[in-house]
Amino acid sequence: MSAPVTPETHTGLDSPVGVWWKPAHRAEKLWVGIAFAWCMVLFAMMPLWHLKGGQNPSGIRRRTDPTAFYQRTQEFIAQYKVGTDRGMPIVEPPPGSDIYLAGMTFQWTPILRLRQGAEYTLHISSLDVNHGFSLFPVNVNFQVVPGYDYGLRVTPTSAGDFRIICNEFCGIGHHTMVGRVIVVDTAGRELARSEEAR
Amino acid sequence: MSAPLPAGAGTPADFRLCPTTGRRIHLPGEALVKANAVVSIVALLIGAVAAILLVLTRWQAVHLLPAEWYYRVLTAHGMSMLIFFIIFFEMAVLHFASTALLNARAAAPRLSWAAFALMAGGALLVEAMIWGGKADVLFTSYVPLRAHPLYYLGIILFAVGALLVVGVFFANLVVAKRERRYTGSLPLVVYGAVTAAIIAVITLLHGAAIYVPTFLWLMNVDPQVYRLIWWALGHSSQQINVAAMVALWYMLGALTVGAVVLNEKISRLAFVLYILFISMASAHHLLVDPGMGSAWKVVNTSYFMYMAVLASMIHGFTVPAGMELGQRLRGVGSGLFGWLRRAPWGDPGFSSLVFSIVVFGFVGGITGVTIGTEQINIIVHNTLRSPGHFHATVVSGTAMAFMGTTYYLIPLVFRRKVAFWGFSRVQPYLFAGGMLVFTIFMTFAGSFGVPRRHWDISFSQAPFDVQFNPAVDLVLAIMALGGLTAAVAALGFVAVAVTSVFFGEPLGAITEGVELAGVPRGITHPPRHRPDVDRLNEELHAGRGAMGPAPGTLVLVFIFLAAFILYFFVNWKVLSAVWKIG
Repeated sequence: MSAPVTPETHTGLDSPVGVWWKPAHRAEKLWVGIAFAWCMVLFAMMPLWHLKGGQNPSGIRRRTDPTAFYQRTQEFIAQYKVGTDRGMPIVEPPPGSDIYLAGMTFQWTPILRLRQGAEYTLHISSLDVNHGFSLFPVNVNFQVVPGYDYGLRVTPTSAGDFRIICNEFCGIGHHTMVGRVIVVDTAGRELARSEEAR
Repeated sequence: MSAPLPAGAGTPADFRLCPTTGRRIHLPGEALVKANAVVSIVALLIGAVAAILLVLTRWQAVHLLPAEWYYRVLTAHGMSMLIFFIIFFEMAVLHFASTALLNARAAAPRLSWAAFALMAGGALLVEAMIWGGKADVLFTSYVPLRAHPLYYLGIILFAVGALLVVGVFFANLVVAKRERRYTGSLPLVVYGAVTAAIIAVITLLHGAAIYVPTFLWLMNVDPQVYRLIWWALGHSSQQINVAAMVALWYMLGALTVGAVVLNEKISRLAFVLYILFISMASAHHLLVDPGMGSAWKVVNTSYFMYMAVLASMIHGFTVPAGMELGQRLRGVGSGLFGWLRRAPWGDPGFSSLVFSIVVFGFVGGITGVTIGTEQINIIVHNTLRSPGHFHATVVSGTAMAFMGTTYYLIPLVFRRKVAFWGFSRVQPYLFAGGMLVFTIFMTFAGSFGVPRRHWDISFSQAPFDVQFNPAVDLVLAIMALGGLTAAVAALGFVAVAVTSVFFGEPLGAITEGVELAGVPRGITHPPRHRPDVDRLNEELHAGRGAMGPAPGTLVLVFIFLAAFILYFFVNWKVLSAVWKIG
């Protein structure tokens, strides 16, 4: 596009003339430098949060077999079952224990009853296809992949009546897949829904 | 630009001289550009109709489609837009950049047509499977969900065709060089297209690596391995878009305001950073997956310490700075922002370019880097924040740039006037405005935890009730209105493109400096530089001290950086408030 008598200044549509490896103006260098520094900050935040932060997707990760995971979940349910809701077992494991949650089309089992402030190791896996663990209304999300046991150390910091929404498409009934987590407060009381809702 | 006219293949009868740019255009190459562009627009039509059905379903008060059709139409929307519309257009860009922009010939037209047929056949097969209800697996088709084998075969045929076109593109470059159609290095726009083509090779090979075993249904395609390799296709293909889009930014800047290249070295290094690092971003989808450890996640999600983000931040400066300098060199505008105020805002190529840069950067870029942070992804994964982000990059960014390019392809390649000129001039505003509302409110809904790819967030058929914050209904309604506006603008664009190409008024002689309805201003008033442009350029570089030759842009990028920093740390703050997890 540039006139032929002025070969040096050119648009991106023209071949640069001669040697184009030239020093940039310091304004351009300044921006590149600042952008680079910002990229380093972006990067540093992740390892830093592993050291200082309370929310990391690290966990204990291992392969599992859907049948074995299902059996382990059933044992867990038998061990700590305290009741049922709509035919679904409610399970209250002691603080500090390993707890199990299985996703399958189109339900989460069992219902967990946890204590605020206590730490648990929550093992999640799928018995069939990919599912998505989305804790409502806290908005904490994890991918649930068949054949993989994701063991996350979880400390509920708020009490109330929570839901687990499936947020990975798992088939035609995907939108009906909802589970339940109850967190009792430090005194062991179950809170009404309204008090927990944000 | 006058390239030496070589002896060699391609009879003179195969060429025409472009009256606007003075370039020699190879007609068989031009026919390929046309065919790919037209099919691309047809795919856009399908995708836009699907988009309207989808927003009218997610708008909870309307809830148009039944569940089965919602997921089916969502599958069709993803494939039609992200794969067929965008990749066919990119094939047109590759043919265009390697022939027209270099005064060169298409080296292998017959092979190119065979590739085109493969791609079109594959696309038809995929569409038939989806609409026939044989592939309700969504765009990602995560195993062990299973579609009809012909669905996977269709994608494989399409990918093989695309890979052949990329091969033809490289061959075209070699032939152009050997026949001395251009001197020295490739123009920057073509260099950007080369970047896109290299990323396309990486992408398509990963596609083959995952779709071939899935097609054969070699049992035990591990679901986690599938997700890893599939995203090396699914995300990397979006990086072809980024590279192609940035190349088109440089092109549209040159065509509309005479944008100059600030510094070839910096811009080209930024493209090299894309090639080296951008494909690592498939990790963005696996940050809360059980299959990979944190070290892997941190290194990959950050493109090895954000080197691809650095590249985008460089282009985000050099493209507008080149436009600013292009204006200043032609004496257009004074002060910090006079170059913007006096820009050709009625030229749909220019307005598309500006909206593409701004929405891609401010909404798509900032949200993308933030939600692609390992820990922040915990409060984002599979919520509406994710499509909120990528509609800002791939629709408001890439599709908008493609639309702006089309407004120039119609007169330059199809040699027609742009139809419905009055509408065409406002179409970018409608589309960008609609998408801006759509993406911001979609992101907003996602921060309440509203899931993506979900038919019914009232959970009317679920065993336990879920009651979102009442604000969510309003947010989704506004999102839908934005989406409808953008989809209508996209359909309007399809009408403009189809009408212009098939029924448009042929472009007659153009009198430079005289406005002509249906012809963008960059063609009627080509932004030519003065003969003493080099001296002016030196003066502008020397005269402003640290602010440099593009002081307005420097101010703008610092505003961008402030927004970025704010959004990034607000997200860490929100994350710190959720349950303790480790």
